[in-house]
Amino acid sequence: MNKPGYFGQWGGAFIPEVLYETFKELREIFEKAQQDPAFWQEYANLMSSYSCRPTPLTHAENLSRHFGGAQIYIKREDLNHTGAHKANNVMGQGLLVKKMGKKRVIAETGAGQHGVATATMAAKFGFDCTIYMGEEDVHRQRPNVFWMEKLGATVVPVTTGSKTLKDAINEAFRDWVANMDTTHYVMGTVCGPHPFPAMVAWFQSIIGLEAREQIMTAFGRMPSRVYACVGGGSNAMGIFQGFLDDGEVELIGVEAGGKGINTGQHAARLASKDASPGVAQGYKTMFLQDNDGQMLDTHSVAAGLDYIGVSPLLTDLWEKGRVRFEAATDQEVMAALDLTIKKEGIIPALESTHAFVQAFKEAGSLPADQAIIINQSGRGDKDIFTIAHAFNDPSWKEFIRSKGEEYAS
Amino acid sequence: MLLNEKIKAARAKKDILLMTHLVIGYPSLDDNRKTIKQMVENGVDIIELQIPFSEPMADGPMIIKANQEAIAKGIKVRQCLDFAAEMTSTYDIPFLFMTYYNILYKYGVAEFLAKAKEIGITGFIVPDLPPEEGAEYLGLTHELGLFPIQIFAPTSSDGRMKTLAGHGGGFIYCVARRGVTGSRTNFDQSFDDYLARCRKATDLPLAVGFGISCKDDVDILTGKADIAVIGTATIKLVEEKGVEAVGSFIAGLR
Ligand SMILES: Cc1ncc(COP(=O)(O)O)c(C=O)c1O
Repeated sequence: MNKPGYFGQWGGAFIPEVLYETFKELREIFEKAQQDPAFWQEYANLMSSYSCRPTPLTHAENLSRHFGGAQIYIKREDLNHTGAHKANNVMGQGLLVKKMGKKRVIAETGAGQHGVATATMAAKFGFDCTIYMGEEDVHRQRPNVFWMEKLGATVVPVTTGSKTLKDAINEAFRDWVANMDTTHYVMGTVCGPHPFPAMVAWFQSIIGLEAREQIMTAFGRMPSRVYACVGGGSNAMGIFQGFLDDGEVELIGVEAGGKGINTGQHAARLASKDASPGVAQGYKTMFLQDNDGQMLDTHSVAAGLDYIGVSPLLTDLWEKGRVRFEAATDQEVMAALDLTIKKEGIIPALESTHAFVQAFKEAGSLPADQAIIINQSGRGDKDIFTIAHAFNDPSWKEFIRSKGEEYAS
Repeated sequence: MLLNEKIKAARAKKDILLMTHLVIGYPSLDDNRKTIKQMVENGVDIIELQIPFSEPMADGPMIIKANQEAIAKGIKVRQCLDFAAEMTSTYDIPFLFMTYYNILYKYGVAEFLAKAKEIGITGFIVPDLPPEEGAEYLGLTHELGLFPIQIFAPTSSDGRMKTLAGHGGGFIYCVARRGVTGSRTNFDQSFDDYLARCRKATDLPLAVGFGISCKDDVDILTGKADIAVIGTATIKLVEEKGVEAVGSFIAGLR
């Protein structure tokens, strides 16, 4: 039997003593919610009235024709309220916070999507909200910083360590160990100490439940392959859970290949050979770390994938051979993004586009009577600065220049 | 003699013991050397050597900075072990390792503990390793005659304190308040109630740390705790006034 909170040999709860009672309360409230069908109903109702659930499954006919292979379907988490799958987890945890009677929420964010979702939930439920965000990410995801602040959240730029997602998680924990009596930490992905991985996976399973039903309706049978990008792993676990028991459905997690998997400048924990088992940020998984156990600097064009660790659930599924891991480079991502925009009129987030890259590499080699699903975890609007810069867009540059002059005068 | 017995014997002569803390490699090994010399010469009873980790989740800004800069300057775990060996062979007081679990885990828990034993380390403080996750660590430390210092927090229930004490040895590290290292602690009635709960839960000596920075703080703890822990204060002092300031600071605490 597995120890509670473990998935195979991965996971656990490596927490400081000061949070022991907080985690006990959280485990209890989560277990109670899981056993209460009315809770899931309340959650599903909220997600269909406040957000756009069920999100559509779109048949990407032009892309399918373009690659001349499998029928490509896209699960549209970009149409969720706030523009990404992050809202699923956040609204679920928000309901738990109400039950616990806490009045303040904090969160880490990388791409800013989890931060925006948390700030939105806090606005709706009347909570105070503080978001920790690595200074590097504050710069590269500026539109989301603006919206978080407009939604009433305090955004704290984190200047320690590599100034990215892992450092934002550390700072959120530092806040929590001081304020746990009033505050809940809304962990944004299927990582961290138990019960977070199980809890976030549960809320995100709504993606897979819908996708399974939708592909049966649209296509009449199971897809051959399901692709999802993997930062911490929440959108991937969300959609994969709909197909885990169907052995014939191959599940593919796509990590950030950054500047290339052999350059050291990437965030490929399971698709590269650079990671090793470790314990950090409260859980055991494969980390990108050196021989002493110091975490390495990671790189990705996508802030949401730029992270040292990966969900213990996914590491277990990888070890058992149930999920295959691949990596997409920054450059491949820009090309796939351009193609998707032009062919389908859909703008995926840079994170999500990693899944598109791998699907595009494989679609042509599959017969036309098979289907594949790409989980589009979010929309690309937040990436406008990064994308415009990568495409070296002349009219955008001109616009920024003139805005700069306007504000300077 | 067991660490707890040593502490009790020392307490027969002193009203309160002092435990100080430093981050190995910050500002430099040479500064660490000089700092420790002054600490020992001015009567420090126990020293906590922190092996730097890139993700010091339980620490505040000063110690985060010390961890980061030590790593940035290239300090390796192997050098930390060598440095500790040098200190234990130079000074006749107990030295503890404080670090995060990944440092042990990556080295190999059994190998790390055996090495620590070999170089004369007395015990460990590992803030992110609760007993539920530490079966191997707890088993091996006890087997090797090393002391896995357990931590109490103000949020720990009476029952939880008893459980923790049952796994511990040497002394109990009582975290004085919620939060991370470095900021001030209010020694109010609720702190006294907390310490009384700690005292009831175990016969092991009690150390109190987090936010203890001056003689007034140490005076408040005298009679209530066995050991006062000075962490951030000396690191800050070295940073602001240099290692030369450490001796008189320590001498002035009691
Ligand atoms: C749109 C989008 N996709 C994916 C991710 C990666 O997170 P996860 O792997 O938990 O889904 C993020 C994280 O910020 C995101 O914003």
